[in-house]
Amino acid sequence: MAKNSAKDIEVKAFATHQIITQPNPLRKVLRRVEAKDADDPVGRAEQALASLAGEFKDWMAIEVERLSAAWTAVQKHGFTKELRDELFHAAHDIKGDAATFGFPSAAGIAESLCRVIEHAPDLEKVPAELFTHHINAILAIVHENTRLDRISVSAELSRRLRKVADDYLTQVNRDRPEHLEVILAPTIAPVD
Amino acid sequence: MFRIDFNKLRFLVCDDNPHMRRILRTLLHSFGAREVYEAEDGATALEMYSHYVPDIVISDWAMPIFDGLELAQMIRQPESKGNPYAPIIMLTGHSEKRRVTVARDAGVTEFLAKPISAKGLYQRILNVVANPRPFIKTKTYFGPDRRRNTNSAYMGPERRVGEKHEVLQQPSLLDKARSTI
Repeated sequence: MAKNSAKDIEVKAFATHQIITQPNPLRKVLRRVEAKDADDPVGRAEQALASLAGEFKDWMAIEVERLSAAWTAVQKHGFTKELRDELFHAAHDIKGDAATFGFPSAAGIAESLCRVIEHAPDLEKVPAELFTHHINAILAIVHENTRLDRISVSAELSRRLRKVADDYLTQVNRDRPEHLEVILAPTIAPVD
Repeated sequence: MFRIDFNKLRFLVCDDNPHMRRILRTLLHSFGAREVYEAEDGATALEMYSHYVPDIVISDWAMPIFDGLELAQMIRQPESKGNPYAPIIMLTGHSEKRRVTVARDAGVTEFLAKPISAKGLYQRILNVVANPRPFIKTKTYFGPDRRRNTNSAYMGPERRVGEKHEVLQQPSLLDKARSTI
């Protein structure tokens, strides 16, 4: 179903480009239904996702363990390309996954850490405390973020670390406008 | 009102993170999909793409061997024997504007910034199924039409020449990445 045959593909040629159109190869999977007959696939999927929630804390523990190990390796051997990439990917995965796993503040801190790794001109010159504060904060949130009063604390921690990191990155990138533009640009935050 | 028969769709999910693959599999199965193939790196994904001929690819950006961006570029080879037209949904933790632009220019069809939501994923799938865009081939690009706004006054170096300034009335990839729609 995924591919039309060559005879179905129409090509219009212009001076600088071609426009290629074809019958929608996926049209057969679309069905018009009465509203009363429509089911709720999104609601069903949200329920299924909620059924995984019992595993999220364990998954998050694995993610932060990976981050912690990556940082330990960097401390021991320095920022080799391989270790830098592993630290970035560990933080990047937490940035993407932590909110889904119920740790949105950890996601924010991981994002801040990713920005430091991505935009600091020389990682060896970044104060080690900037890394340890981020990583320790993520560890603390994941291990202790079970009570509502701690959630607001972790959100505040996330905001402050982001500010410290952004101030540092703005300072060290003052002569690198392409990085400065990215650092100061708004992030793409999904609405929900 | 339209409904997607997910059980007739074949998905390829590419993500090096096993937890995210599990979440994606769970969501897709809940939508009704039966055929969900999984790869944990770009090279395996490309091999599976050729072998299983999926209808829709959902790919992470950062992956070992080669990443989601390179995977998109390898799929979007107009002379390839495989299918260069399959919709590619990039699901990624990258959330900067320039990343969306780079993904768009690699031939990505839809962009979904993590954290993932069932609604966001469903709407991206619905869009690629119900509103496929024509493909454009230039010297430097092959992929879904990138025009989504009505800026017919644009006369920059990438303005296509020789046709009326046709536009597609869709929100930009960036606007869509910022919302769930």
